[in-house]
Amino acid sequence: MQIYVCVKHVPDTAANIRIVGDKAFDDGACKFIANPYDEYAVEQAVQLVEQNGGEVIVVTLGKPVAVATIRAAMAMGAHRGILVTVADQFVDSQTTAKAMAAAIGQDGKADLIFTGKGAVDTEGFQTLYRLAAAMNLPVVNEINKMDLADGKAVVGREIGGGAREVIEVSLPCVLGATKGLNEPRYPKFPDIMKAKKKPVKEIALADLGISTDAPASELLKLVKVPERTGAKMLDGDVRQAVEALVRVLKEEEKVI
Amino acid sequence: MATIGVLIETEAGKVKETNFGVLTAARQTGSDTIIALMLDGSAEDAKTVLGQYGAGKVVQVSVSSGDVSASPDLAARALAAAIENLSLDALLGLASAIGRDLFARLAALKDLPLASDCVAVDLAAKTVKKSHFSGKTTAMLKLTAEVLLCALRPNAVEAVEAPTDAVVETFAAAVEDPGQVKVVEVKKEAAGSVDLTEAAVIVTGGRPIAKAENYKILEECARLLGGTIGASRAAVDAGFAPHSMQVGQTGKTVSPRLYIGCGLSGSVQHFAGMKTSKVIVAINTDKDAPIFEKCDYGIVGDLFEVVPVLTEVLKEKL
Repeated sequence: MQIYVCVKHVPDTAANIRIVGDKAFDDGACKFIANPYDEYAVEQAVQLVEQNGGEVIVVTLGKPVAVATIRAAMAMGAHRGILVTVADQFVDSQTTAKAMAAAIGQDGKADLIFTGKGAVDTEGFQTLYRLAAAMNLPVVNEINKMDLADGKAVVGREIGGGAREVIEVSLPCVLGATKGLNEPRYPKFPDIMKAKKKPVKEIALADLGISTDAPASELLKLVKVPERTGAKMLDGDVRQAVEALVRVLKEEEKVI
Repeated sequence: MATIGVLIETEAGKVKETNFGVLTAARQTGSDTIIALMLDGSAEDAKTVLGQYGAGKVVQVSVSSGDVSASPDLAARALAAAIENLSLDALLGLASAIGRDLFARLAALKDLPLASDCVAVDLAAKTVKKSHFSGKTTAMLKLTAEVLLCALRPNAVEAVEAPTDAVVETFAAAVEDPGQVKVVEVKKEAAGSVDLTEAAVIVTGGRPIAKAENYKILEECARLLGGTIGASRAAVDAGFAPHSMQVGQTGKTVSPRLYIGCGLSGSVQHFAGMKTSKVIVAINTDKDAPIFEKCDYGIVGDLFEVVPVLTEVLKEKL
């Protein structure tokens, strides 16, 4: 099987984001990781290739430093990588999807494409749908269960309120992974060393004939969300503290 | 004067309350036409309550070839046809599990920009506000498109009534299912339970809950408040709760009006999933727990002592 996995290079979720100017952040000052949801995607692809044979190719769009995320996925077992390089800090989902589709189309024929259910940096929850549309493939997102049978995938997803959907999707397709699908492996030291020697192909976005000018979805401003400060501590014995809490929630906050 | 569509979601045939905030967000100028679109449920049953929040028209959208719920691709195609038929300038909806998926399919199908999980929308300026970097920053985005697509985070906009008389219309879209994605089964595990992402009140238990049965203590309290229960990643990883209950990074993002965290340390990853809650209350035995620096009200105490008392007091005072 030829499986492509789209992985995003994102700031660590625990990193402090220092905003620079109106709509940029100091990306030199924070630690980056592979998007956490994409790790479930990599693990699933690697397991399928371990069982059925084939190749796992990681595709990432980002600045040249994003190669670190490709190496991390390779340490988990991916065979090679494609890095579509851009100069911009933020690239909209329509442009990203076109770039991914072009990079995959140029590279080979996909039997399956995996990615995470969304990226924890821009939280757009749509790139995989656009990738699927660009490649004329079906898509199912937020899957936490998957089986392959008779040229289709049978996948499970939660739809809220304790309900689950079971969906049949024809292959090839794009699947968005979430927690529960598998347990992503921690690479061992020899795997990390081996990953350094695996091939990564770099392609500039412009060489795919795609530009980032005039996106239909444009970031105008980025502002820090103020943290709450100075919680009101409710003292006294348990009964007194709880009564004070109920009073304030009812009379002042009016939330109950 | 614009025509704004709102995609309505139902649960067991009833209009979900979270829709009312979306209808409120749709009524920005006072002169726009507000059309509620329904793919499920009955427009006839829903017209009174939707009219209460300003919908002048309720359109029951169906497909001329079969059942619209058979495939999310078919539903997206039906919506695309409805947007054209009704000449909508914008379509708003909920960023629920269903809504997020449907809006993304629609946006990809029509190659239109989409703002998903927004906390605010300005229909005239075509700008939205939404979280970037797990709730640490807010981004303002401008969407350049004929039709603005925006899925709002449930409970992000407070519902305000604006009663009007709604008329019912039907629209049968002449669209075909591409037949690649088929819903074969919907399993309802706990019937009638409130969806975590849409709950108005959430009581969450962390690792100190110690075993699955102990969530009953929180459940009773949550039920009195008309809410539901959640779990931290540590509690889920320890096997005390299913992943569907997890709030935070790699779990669900929630925005209730009241969030009560019991035995939570207050990690950045947890806050990423609940910091837009209106009021956050923390109960923890450790007075130095980081959560007490990031919440609105705190009680230092054991959840096994505090929560039962809270339930008791709520029974008396509510």
